[in-house]
Amino acid sequence: MKNYFKIITSIIFLILSSNCFSDENLNYKIYKNLRCLVCQGQTIADSNSDFAMTIKSVVDDKVKDGMKENEIYNFLADKYGDWILYKPPFKLKNYILWFLPYILFFLGGILLLLIFLKKTPLSKK
Amino acid sequence: MRKFLFFLTFFGTLSIIIVFYLGLKTEKIYSTKDLIGKPISEVNLDLLNTDGSFNTSELKNNNFTLINFWASWCGPCRKEHKYLIELSKNDNIKILGVNFKDNKLKANKFLNKLGNPYFLIAKDDSGKKSIDFGVYGIPESILIDKNLVIIQKYIGPINKKDVKYIFNAIGS
Amino acid sequence: MLSKIGILSTLISTILSFLLVYQSFSEVKSKNNIISKKFYYLSFYQLLFIIFSFLILLFGYIFSDFSLINVYENSHTTKPLFYKITGTWGNHEGSLLLWINIMVLFSFLFLVYKKNTEKKFKLFTLIFQNILILFFLIFLLTNSNPFSEIYPAPSQGMGLNPILQDPALGIHPPLLYLGFVSSSIYFSAALASLICRLEANVFAKFIKLWVVISWSFQTLGILVGSIWAYYELGWGGYWFWDPVENSSLMPWFLMTALFHSLLVLEKKNGLYAWVLILSILTFIMSVTGTFLVRSGILNSVHTFANDPSRGLFILIFLAFMISMSLIILFKYFPNEKNNFLFLSKESFVLFNNWFMIFFLTVVLIGTLYPLFLEVLSKEKVSVGPAYYNIVLAPFIVPFLFLMSYGPQSKWFSSKLVDVKKMFFIILLSFSLVFIFANFEKDSSFITTLILVFSIYLILQSFLDLYTSIKNNSFNLSRSISHLGFGMLIFFISTNNILSTESNFNLKVGETKKLTNYSIKFNNLKILKEKNYETLVGNFLITDIKNYKEENLKPEIRVYNQPKIVTYESSIKSKILSDTYLTMSNLAGSEFYSIRFQTKPFMNLIWISVLIISAGGFLRILRRENK
Repeated sequence: MKNYFKIITSIIFLILSSNCFSDENLNYKIYKNLRCLVCQGQTIADSNSDFAMTIKSVVDDKVKDGMKENEIYNFLADKYGDWILYKPPFKLKNYILWFLPYILFFLGGILLLLIFLKKTPLSKK
Repeated sequence: MRKFLFFLTFFGTLSIIIVFYLGLKTEKIYSTKDLIGKPISEVNLDLLNTDGSFNTSELKNNNFTLINFWASWCGPCRKEHKYLIELSKNDNIKILGVNFKDNKLKANKFLNKLGNPYFLIAKDDSGKKSIDFGVYGIPESILIDKNLVIIQKYIGPINKKDVKYIFNAIGS
Repeated sequence: MLSKIGILSTLISTILSFLLVYQSFSEVKSKNNIISKKFYYLSFYQLLFIIFSFLILLFGYIFSDFSLINVYENSHTTKPLFYKITGTWGNHEGSLLLWINIMVLFSFLFLVYKKNTEKKFKLFTLIFQNILILFFLIFLLTNSNPFSEIYPAPSQGMGLNPILQDPALGIHPPLLYLGFVSSSIYFSAALASLICRLEANVFAKFIKLWVVISWSFQTLGILVGSIWAYYELGWGGYWFWDPVENSSLMPWFLMTALFHSLLVLEKKNGLYAWVLILSILTFIMSVTGTFLVRSGILNSVHTFANDPSRGLFILIFLAFMISMSLIILFKYFPNEKNNFLFLSKESFVLFNNWFMIFFLTVVLIGTLYPLFLEVLSKEKVSVGPAYYNIVLAPFIVPFLFLMSYGPQSKWFSSKLVDVKKMFFIILLSFSLVFIFANFEKDSSFITTLILVFSIYLILQSFLDLYTSIKNNSFNLSRSISHLGFGMLIFFISTNNILSTESNFNLKVGETKKLTNYSIKFNNLKILKEKNYETLVGNFLITDIKNYKEENLKPEIRVYNQPKIVTYESSIKSKILSDTYLTMSNLAGSEFYSIRFQTKPFMNLIWISVLIISAGGFLRILRRENK
């Protein structure tokens, strides 16, 4: 039974992963991952401010020039700091942010395991 | 064990609360102070009044340069203008004006009325070039040295204090 | 005049709270098993006077009495009556008064609920609840007094922020407050039960109702807030993982974990300490959220009231609350022996808690990390939707599975459920996704799995629903809520995959052709309303495939009081899909920047959340009829 699932999931995976972003979608995707610095917690995509409009047209230019998504993020982070990126870059100072939830989940799992195995008084997670 | 856990949670929460407390005092206005100490990028800018362009690497010829983004439609620019004029009287610093999303006629009218502190006036019609400088709203000024390294950034109009600081920084 | 009555009435209420604490302390010692009548009176009058203060403020708003600073700053005579009323809690001071009202209300309700039982426990709950109430009353009177006067009274007010002038936002705060402020009562009850060493199942019976009430309202409150964000903020999204939004979600996770654990506590006296910790944490998290929102410590799209002095006040209170709970918790920590069988129903409750706490920590870390990084290293970082999607999405899959499997397991037994049936339903879900998944845009492996397992949960919940209706069992409300959750995840995912968006510039008379739609900019009108001027664009949207036409009329409004420009989106909402259009002007150009979006299943997302909370409300009602 389980083998069937593996086959089916891999087929679905193949079908779905073959669909890629069209260029226009890439632009929106980038806008959505950028913070509008002059606004209160809005993305570039959602803001009508002058600053947002300028960033949008710069992003459009860069995409047209063939710059990759990550290169555009790096370019903007270089000019405005990581604050402009809504997806925190994966680097040393953000390791806690990216890994701590998994570590805690894992520890919680161990605790649960102990509860099931030991059958001793332990009720605090 | 229980005591240990108690102190662990106690000091854990205490440190969170201390961070909250310190967080209350931090500046909420975002600034691009990170850029200080980094060189500006080399960018070609079109000139306002003549055809032709200007590359920022030419600023190496000045001891110090203040790159000032301004426009005739910007109220605070009017306010800071007299300080720019004051700065322009010093020989050790040159001011590069970048006319931002403006119209040539109005820009010149503005300068005729209030004086021209700039050694050169470039323009950025679309605002796109300003992104290369990390500008997000005008007026904004960047003080650089001979090696094009950013010494100070000013978001918003510069004032008397800033002028004093700049005179100090350029050593005169 | 109003000011003096308001302050007086609040003061009386404060004195009554103080009396309640004082009297309870002496009453606790008496051997008598019946709570003396005076407590009911004190509590009743406390409630009466605090409601009266609220009504006074409401009066001030309705009749635009600008001698109250609060009314002057947040209201205006030209504002429609409905927004005058909702304006009462549309600001920090007024909402704090509402907050206190709800705390007092629940203090009273708890006292009269199951009258004359567990006297000591009840009195201690009353003590703790009134200590909390006292604190907020002092906060209100000293730092955030809604009854402060200005002299001479101005003839006109400054008006309410136009984006708050909205029916959804009118009812959002009361709902949310009924949610997380009412969690204060089980915070107090948990501390009281620790001190009295109350029996576990008695405690469970006492707080269950309040937990379900707060959870149901919290769910509704979050829903209304999202709906508001969807059509008012004008970017077509309804959830941005913004700090303020997260602050309402974090207590929700805890409440959900709590009432699942309560089941175990009721049935098998297990998890007592954990339930107590959750009860305490829920209100602490609510206050922490309030601190984050009100102090303005985090950059948010919803900052409506921030002031560091308020932040400091709440922070001191938070520190006090946490240390008090920690000391009591560790001093009276209950000892218990529990045995948990793997795959029994109680083990699935533990799994639920495991995931809920994980979700909570992800949201908490994501919300607080920028603050911590900035304080400790002066660096700024933004944590946005991408982070939450990446971290949370893989965990939704096993979570959905556990949600479908768990309810079918048995208490105290590790017997497997009907595995054949389970595999059959999963297979069915797989094939459904397989047949219909011809998405044009990207969707990853995990998204596909999420779809499959949300369908599995939906199908399984329908089966459960059928059996519980047949047996007329309590499980009905659980099946309904689980069904709602499966639908919610399903529709959110499909909405995410199938939404389309295009941005372009257009001037009057022009037509833009997109793959499936053509958009014609017919005309532009200027209209004058009572409290704003508006530029209305008229667009004709033609669905090329289905030959359907509709008109969308987005606006650019310039409000007069206060002077603020807002961009009003125009939405045609249909059962299966919404079309969403916003326009904004481009400086110095006759062109307008247009954003056209199609958003499938929006209404079904709202309905799913309604179904989730309906389960909770059903449980409350059935409980009362029992």
